[in-house]
Amino acid sequence: MAFQIMLNVLIAVTWMFFYSSFTSSRFIVGYLLGALLILLFRRFFKDRFYLLVVWAVIKLVILFFKELILANVDVLKHIIRPKLTITPGIFAMETKLSSDWEVTLLANLITLTPGTLVVDISDDNKTLYIHAIHLPDADEAINGIRNTFEKAILEVTGK
Amino acid sequence: MIVINSLIIILTILGSLFALLAAVGVLRFPDVYTRNHAASKSATLGITCILLATFLYFWFVKGEVFTSTLLGIFFILLTAPVAGQLIARAAYYSGVKLWDKSGRDDLKEKAKAYQTEH
Repeated sequence: MAFQIMLNVLIAVTWMFFYSSFTSSRFIVGYLLGALLILLFRRFFKDRFYLLVVWAVIKLVILFFKELILANVDVLKHIIRPKLTITPGIFAMETKLSSDWEVTLLANLITLTPGTLVVDISDDNKTLYIHAIHLPDADEAINGIRNTFEKAILEVTGK
Repeated sequence: MIVINSLIIILTILGSLFALLAAVGVLRFPDVYTRNHAASKSATLGITCILLATFLYFWFVKGEVFTSTLLGIFFILLTAPVAGQLIARAAYYSGVKLWDKSGRDDLKEKAKAYQTEH
């Protein structure tokens, strides 16, 4: 992916050299043309077309903010309820993600969406121990995380 | 202009409200883990809202773009969950108990193995 971005910048700079005018608008036009060229020649690259990855990252960020706001409202309801009706608990969740930064990202996303907080990660990076503020059904919570964050991260890495 | 102004007002009020309710949550919740929930997240969203309102105010009202507020949002979103996680982990491994009414506890065995090792 980094190689494709470097190549795209190089094409844009070459485009500026063709016109010998070094303005940002010329650079942007060259960059768009370069993206088109890379799209046309995508079968020569080992990875996917890199703008797909960028799009997946944007979708992940949007999903994150949506979940952050929705789930915060959920915890606020617990706070202002006259009687505490919560049943906290710690549940274990197996994850498909393998590399360090993927697990770190998943743990940070889980922690920032209220209702769940990562307490510990097992030594082999396979199991996340998550504290939930209200845990009527652990499987439901696990499936929720799987279907949103884990799926979105897998989409970014393309596996 | 009116749209931007009301957006700034709404964001500021929402941010302060989130921060206040997070403080109430810290007081009301029964044990360290549930308090950690309120402290590390509702507060984060509150600060994000207030910083965003600051950014919009200086951009549209004063005509200056302070990108450092956006960087502040980014760094808070990056560091707050790690801090919350480390506090919870340190509490668990130093033997702080969960609330009585807690349901399941899957981490117990791993913590027990850790404590016999050290």
